[in-house]
Amino acid sequence: MRRVHIRYFAALREALGPGEEWMTAAQTVGQLRDELIARGDPHAQALARSRPVRAALDQSLCPETQALEEGCEVAFFPPVTGG
Amino acid sequence: MVARVSIQTADFDLGAELAALRAQDLRVGAVCSFVGTVRDRHAQLQRGAPVQVGPVQSLELEHYPGMTEKSIELMIDAALGRFDIYAARVIHRVGLLKPADQIVLVAVTSAHRGESFQACEFLMDYLKTQAPFWKKEVTPEGTRWVDARVSDDAALARWGLAADNAGPG
Repeated sequence: MRRVHIRYFAALREALGPGEEWMTAAQTVGQLRDELIARGDPHAQALARSRPVRAALDQSLCPETQALEEGCEVAFFPPVTGG
Repeated sequence: MVARVSIQTADFDLGAELAALRAQDLRVGAVCSFVGTVRDRHAQLQRGAPVQVGPVQSLELEHYPGMTEKSIELMIDAALGRFDIYAARVIHRVGLLKPADQIVLVAVTSAHRGESFQACEFLMDYLKTQAPFWKKEVTPEGTRWVDARVSDDAALARWGLAADNAGPG
């Protein structure tokens, strides 16, 4: 198990409160998302598998198979809409 | 050396930015730029006469400080590797913007027009789907996060790159 820094942006930040938290997580970004969903609402709804949620590890976009490391920063957010 | 990437609340001066980008580089024979502006999706032209103002009062732009700059720097590196260009500049505004405000600038210099046209479009296609910005519309009925568009993913695919931004899952 490892401690990870989780950050949320845009609609996810609004749904999930302060925008960041630390937690002990399993091995991959996808497993972390599942652990957050397992908490129940509001996480279950905001991060539901039926929703498009993108992730970044240490500020680079990543797939959910990405492995987590101690102290890493994981961000979850909706599809981007800049430009 | 001009900074390549700026994320800022302030507006920008297109002429000054282009002048700075090509200053003292006598190899430059082409400067291509793109400026994106805040669009009111609901505004309508009435018989070609004055524009009927739509309900969008303002646009809030959020970003992921740190990742934003890093991702755009990598996009510029990719453009410099892919096209025969000399320099590139990206400015993206964040915070509260109004309809018709400038949001984004992409500018590229090269010897000939083709390379800078292409690199400019490549950078915009990349930025639309890979840089962590989010737009929220403010209307009299409330606020609404803007949806990502599948057509923007398709635009990046033309360069042989998968976007995987819009769409389900």
